[in-house]
Amino acid sequence: MSEPPGATVTLADAPTTDEPSKALTAQRVLPLRRPGRWIATAVVLVLVAQFVHGLVTNPFYQWDRWSYWFLRPTILDGLLITLQVTAYSAVLGLVGGILLALARLSKSPVLRAVSWTYVWALRSVPLIVVLIFLYNFSALYKTLSVGIPFGPALFSFDESRLATDMVVAVVGLSLNEAAYAAEVVRGGILSVDQGQHEAAAALGLPKGYQFRRIVFPQALRSIIPNYVNQLIGLIKGTSLVFYVSLLDLFGSAQTMGSTYPGDIVPLLLVVTVWYLILTSVVSVVQFYVERYYARGATRSLPPTPLQKLRTGLTDLRARIRREAAV
Amino acid sequence: MTADTLEALADAEAATVEVHDVHKWYGTHRVLNGVDLTVRPGEVTVILGPSGSGKSTLLRVINHLEKPEIGYVSINGELIGVKRHGERLKELSERAILTQRGQIGFVFQNFNLFPHLTVLDNVAAAPVATGKLEKPEAQKLARELLDRVGLADKTGAYPRQLSGGQQQRVAIARALALRPGVILFDEPTSALDPELVGEVLSVIKDLATSGTTLVIVTHEIGFAREIADRVVFIDGGKIIEQGPPSEVLDTPRHERTRDFLSKVL
Ligand SMILES: Nc1ncnc2c1ncn2[C@@H]1O[C@H](COP(=O)(O)OP(=O)(O)OP(=O)(O)O)[C@@H](O)[C@H]1O
Ligand SMILES: [Mg+2]
Repeated sequence: MSEPPGATVTLADAPTTDEPSKALTAQRVLPLRRPGRWIATAVVLVLVAQFVHGLVTNPFYQWDRWSYWFLRPTILDGLLITLQVTAYSAVLGLVGGILLALARLSKSPVLRAVSWTYVWALRSVPLIVVLIFLYNFSALYKTLSVGIPFGPALFSFDESRLATDMVVAVVGLSLNEAAYAAEVVRGGILSVDQGQHEAAAALGLPKGYQFRRIVFPQALRSIIPNYVNQLIGLIKGTSLVFYVSLLDLFGSAQTMGSTYPGDIVPLLLVVTVWYLILTSVVSVVQFYVERYYARGATRSLPPTPLQKLRTGLTDLRARIRREAAV
Repeated sequence: MTADTLEALADAEAATVEVHDVHKWYGTHRVLNGVDLTVRPGEVTVILGPSGSGKSTLLRVINHLEKPEIGYVSINGELIGVKRHGERLKELSERAILTQRGQIGFVFQNFNLFPHLTVLDNVAAAPVATGKLEKPEAQKLARELLDRVGLADKTGAYPRQLSGGQQQRVAIARALALRPGVILFDEPTSALDPELVGEVLSVIKDLATSGTTLVIVTHEIGFAREIADRVVFIDGGKIIEQGPPSEVLDTPRHERTRDFLSKVL
């Protein structure tokens, strides 16, 4: 044999363990101890405690003023505007994004070019520019009408100024949102296996059904996390509507801040906490929606936090009992 | 719906398949080079041939997943994917092609089940989506078909919770749900572990004896010998020889067939 020396280890060379292998079957496996992890945990906990302590005790934050403002009607009105603008733009943006993605993936070169150009233009222009542009545009055209091109108008908006501002804000945000959503949706559709398209075609499923029931639900698995990211950006992006004279959450706080300059910091904290609450709600909803669309993608669904807590407690109890027994 | 009509739905009328002088290019690469093939109702045809010889392409041309550049396919005399337009052939609308595919079942090597739908919904989807059955009837039919492939207890599972052999049997039930006149199999067992091949082959054998027209691409020579009425050997996009298994497999007339068989046997 031409093997280099030492390349093979025969059984006789192997270090003999102190226990013969038959005794091993009954052995309990001791979990690996990780002292580094404990030290890191302790350091982080100290830092967190310091941060929280500072947040609570530093007079700079004026928590009493914060609680004064937190549920003031002006703030809540602003919050309502933020929620409305976000909701409308999120839905319109997603619908627009789906249409743009379909156009981009279609066989028609014209549709593909239009979709590409739209996404290119809207992603290049800052949102604030789009909003202010639309704002001036709406001032120029006092009534905005929707109808057949060059034909009769089907319905038009020219009611109160607020309604117009709202429309400008929603249109601006939706136009912008759709450009990003288009890419998110397109990526999701492309992530679906080609075999799925073939199987659906081979079964003769109608085109619309193929998209709605076969391809899109599978695409949603990758669309949801990306779109939620987008949505969180949108929630914060709504603060820009202040510049088209719509008083959203941030706008209300800003206005109050100029009236009560001493309260700027607590007002900003009020806004921060509200945005934190909104993104948290979105994240919780995201978890359950993702879980819903994960059906079938994995052999078993990820546990909900409640289930995790329950199994965690059961494990802990079992472990304590085991440790006690040893 | 009575049990009789359901029975009738499960067992379709066997179809005749005719492939007429089909040529297919990918760019400049000629993949099918004048294929003529007639499959009579209830006949089981096994297609053999080396890798890259055009077997999958031929099956995909039959259900018009691929368009041939020259030639046509007909099922029970009805042209597939095209219509006569004077002297020439004109392509049908996508919608019309989708409707025609209801007569042609297709079973893929990689199953291609819909992972987000339960086994029952995988089978019941097509008859509902194409408007052939109402949902409760489709589900009843799906249950019967799943029973037939031995998976009555898996209706609520998702495809990824099944073994490969079970998934392929679901795919066969799904193809049967549209009551196709012919079922095409593209290497139905080559993605399976050896011990799972048998369960799928036995389901196909069942279909063969029940009189459905089957066209099967496979490398399982023993299986071909057992169930084929006819074996077709393809190489270089052409049918080299065809005939009953006893002829083609045991006393092949062509050098290339002998060569191929000596490699796979
Ligand atoms: N979409 C495509 N574009 C270009 N060439 C292709 C395409 N699909 C198949 N081919 C080529 O066509 C030839 C025939 O392919 P086909 O899949 O029909 O072979 P096959 O007989 O099924 O082989 P196998 O036994 O490996 O599955 C091959 O040379 C392949 O590379
Ligand atoms: Mg193939």
